[in-house]
Amino acid sequence: MKLTREEESALKGEQGETMQMAYRILVATGEATDAEKLIPIEWTHLAGVNYNTIGDAGEEFLSGISKNARVKVKTTLNPMGFDIDNVSNYNLDENFISKQLSIRKSYETMGVIPSFSCIPYEIFDIPKNGTQVAFAESNAAIHANSYDNLKTNKESAFSALASAITGKSPYSSLRKEDTPNITIRMNVKNPNELTYGMLGFFAGKVGDTSVNISGLGEMDNRQCKAMCGGMGTSGTCAKFIFGDGDSDCEKIDFDEKELQNIHDDLNTAEKGDIITLGSPQLGLDEISDLVGKLKGRSFKKRCMVFTPRTIKEQARKIGYTNELERAGCEILSDCCTCLTPLISKDSVDAVTTNSIKGAFYLKNSNGVDVNLKSLSQIIEDETR
Amino acid sequence: MKVLVSGKVQGIVLKSKDSINFLGTVDKKTGIISDKNHDLFEKSLKDTILVFPSGIGSSVGAYTIYSIKTNNTAPLAMICKKADLTVATGCALANIPLIIISDEEFSSIESGMNMSLDTDSTDPLHYP
Repeated sequence: MKLTREEESALKGEQGETMQMAYRILVATGEATDAEKLIPIEWTHLAGVNYNTIGDAGEEFLSGISKNARVKVKTTLNPMGFDIDNVSNYNLDENFISKQLSIRKSYETMGVIPSFSCIPYEIFDIPKNGTQVAFAESNAAIHANSYDNLKTNKESAFSALASAITGKSPYSSLRKEDTPNITIRMNVKNPNELTYGMLGFFAGKVGDTSVNISGLGEMDNRQCKAMCGGMGTSGTCAKFIFGDGDSDCEKIDFDEKELQNIHDDLNTAEKGDIITLGSPQLGLDEISDLVGKLKGRSFKKRCMVFTPRTIKEQARKIGYTNELERAGCEILSDCCTCLTPLISKDSVDAVTTNSIKGAFYLKNSNGVDVNLKSLSQIIEDETR
Repeated sequence: MKVLVSGKVQGIVLKSKDSINFLGTVDKKTGIISDKNHDLFEKSLKDTILVFPSGIGSSVGAYTIYSIKTNNTAPLAMICKKADLTVATGCALANIPLIIISDEEFSSIESGMNMSLDTDSTDPLHYP
């Protein structure tokens, strides 16, 4: 990798230990991904926030570097483990809460915007076409590359943090013009968000860094997010390119059979004890749609709704949160279904959700069974 | 050969034919491999030149590499056949030299060899 004189000097430690470590991470990541140089980025989105995933080692590391490290560019943050407003309802131990608050404090000390959201593309203004960013959250990286005309690698928690501190990122394949070697042909009729989640999950398994995808009709926001969330869960692929691709591109069909295979893998229960909506977190349009669907109805069992704090505030002003609470929803900010410590197999056998990403992590990290249903089906079966 | 994290060390090689998942199989206090199915089971990584095919598993494993360094139980250097982001970022966090070598070179290295490594040299690996 070619470094500028200033980058070399930082790597040698002439700008302090924190800068030196940040450049070591960028160089190691860049060499590992065949980047030839570092380039400036304008926005980073960090993962590695939830104490459930980064543990004591992560908490101690962040506490240590927050003494000196300050972010150089706009930096937003993934969800953490709970919503402080209602954490007392969820039986979390004191140690978890205090470690999580320490992590929060470390990020704030470094100058990070405490957005605690996995959908930065919905709650912040999108910069102009082609802007280089560095997003660690997989669904956000895929959304940024595929729908928002931004450019990002599928960053690790560490490379994104190093990018926040230095304002730079390795110039790897997804920042350049990437030509996928595979085209997925969508061949399932009448798809809902579950179908698109599974299509994304399938694409992540067969794709390398990017995939072409053809045969898609009009998709709403929920379906786009489901597809990004699904793909981020199953592989390292981080961009959809919409179209047939070159004629010599390998073509693979996503049909009823593939759909059924993934469904059988991820759907492990006939019914759930509770319902979760959000992974990715719900945006305002999804909240509004949910309020509409719940008119005159209420849930027969607990339903956890995950949404960013800023969206919850907007929803409160419009009156949506009242409506949702009336229908029996628990509204949670700052956290998400994915890797939540709020659902444990001690108290819950199975969860009903419309999220493929949520299903994967509920099963593999929380160890609970999952019952997959589209939102319309959930409303039909689980409310009265 | 590719240098991912630079540095200069001398030590005894500990070689594994298995890949290493740092999150699940390495004790972050003792630096000892705790997975009984691993060919380095019960071996300590402390102060070795660790030679293994590549890292696998969750990227959070990078924190394990940082932890063993903090606990003085980390290898002096790591040498892999294939670059992976977990080991790359872990070694970068912990400032442990890391290089990627060819398959031939990898097969020529054996456990117990005395090795010196200097990533700034044109010929980084020596067996004094």
